[in-house]
Amino acid sequence: MNAIYILWLRQIKRFVRSPSRIVGSLGQPLLFLIALGFGFGPTFQKAGGGSYIQYLAPGVISMGILFTAVFSGIEIIWDRQFGFLKETLVAPVSRLEIVLGRTLGGASVALFQGTVVLIVCLIAGFRFERVLFLPFALVFMFLIAVLFTAIGTAIGSNLQDMQGFPLVMNFLVMPLFFFSNALFSVAGLPKPLQAVIHLNPLSYGIDGMRGSFGHVYVFGLGTDFVVLSTLTAILLGVGSYFFSKIQL
Amino acid sequence: MIEVRDLVKNFGEFCAVDRISFTVPEGAIFAFLGPNGAGKTTTIKMLTTVLNPSSGNLLVDGRDPRHEQRQVRRSFGIVFQDPSLDDELTALENMELHGVLYSVPSSERREKIATLLKFVELWDRRNDYVKTYSGGMKRRLEIARALLHNPRILFLDEPTLGLDPQTRNHIWSYIQMLSKEQNVTVFFTTHYMEEADRVADEVAVIDHGKIVAQDSPAALKEKTQRQTLEEAFIVLTGHTIRDEEASSSDRMRMMRRVWRGGGRR
Repeated sequence: MNAIYILWLRQIKRFVRSPSRIVGSLGQPLLFLIALGFGFGPTFQKAGGGSYIQYLAPGVISMGILFTAVFSGIEIIWDRQFGFLKETLVAPVSRLEIVLGRTLGGASVALFQGTVVLIVCLIAGFRFERVLFLPFALVFMFLIAVLFTAIGTAIGSNLQDMQGFPLVMNFLVMPLFFFSNALFSVAGLPKPLQAVIHLNPLSYGIDGMRGSFGHVYVFGLGTDFVVLSTLTAILLGVGSYFFSKIQL
Repeated sequence: MIEVRDLVKNFGEFCAVDRISFTVPEGAIFAFLGPNGAGKTTTIKMLTTVLNPSSGNLLVDGRDPRHEQRQVRRSFGIVFQDPSLDDELTALENMELHGVLYSVPSSERREKIATLLKFVELWDRRNDYVKTYSGGMKRRLEIARALLHNPRILFLDEPTLGLDPQTRNHIWSYIQMLSKEQNVTVFFTTHYMEEADRVADEVAVIDHGKIVAQDSPAALKEKTQRQTLEEAFIVLTGHTIRDEEASSSDRMRMMRRVWRGGGRR
């Protein structure tokens, strides 16, 4: 338990001490919020979709979480290169505890980033339609954060250096974001694309957030929660498995 | 305290450690010497549970590192060849983290951290980030950290590399004191032969994955009819200069040697 806590604390300290990272990872979501939110706003409204900012905000928040989470998980590569990984690998604690500490730390950081994006969305004109459901939205944000940190951990455990990082960004993180319901609604899309979006775990997180903030669901809160938490548990297991396979 | 029988480690076709056997009694200071790439670090990795042997038996503190990982890990402290600190944390935070990972009770932890940091003369810099430290300071911090949980065995992989003679003397006298007064077993590698000559009770020389000699420093010098351990070492391992590679990954280094053809000359 203490091991989980101290490794969580380490992630938090490292995060707080690098303000450039905090600011840097806000850039992309803000760009999407402002450019797409205001750019497509009138078209969306004319097509009868209502306020686009209202629709887009959960997607942009999830983007902030997704990027930070995957990056936090992949940070294992840095620890490998700078040697700190060895210190944790010879310690008399189980690999599962190490993974849990790291993942919760990374997820907390990602959740914080998501909250900052949420605040910016509020400034840009986003409004809660049912305030009482706000805690549910936070639960979904946290689940997204844990899920994708675990994916990052699983990938980071299998990479030897940072060379593979652009590959992960372009062939995993970007597609996860674009082939979800972050930017557009699933209804009326070509069948294959719909299928892809239904298979993407991020869609369930965004749907859950959208449902909690407003009333717009595709899958329903219950389904979203079950799918997301099950996947999170599985991926934590996968992340721990790969991490436990690391030899020096 | 450490028992190794017919230990083998293969990386693909390359045999890094080739049926070695040795015993280190409790409280002894044991020097594990060999040219670059001889298999020293690979052996330490297997003894410290982070690498699985291909075959053979090994016991650390009476336990098998393969099956009783956690107990074995609790019993030793280690200073790796390459740094293993978190640069973004302070010295104190690095020590704290180690203490928590090894479940050192918090009151004892605070006291021990202060004692050790004062001993390695880093107490005044305890709240500075490790990234601002020099190589020698990092090394001292790592040694202090390895001692924090009162290990029964201390593995030191080139612990004094890059340190000035003053610091080296200081650290070795402390380690000798630990071995004498608290019966801590010390297993170390070094390229400074005079250091091994001075502090080691017993020396094993490994070359191309095989142990070529094992005895007290005095007996080795006598056997080879040489004045210093350095000369004895060269008699035992030959004059060929080994490739020293900067790559952090031993495995890559070994694989590459296999691809180049001929694992051993």
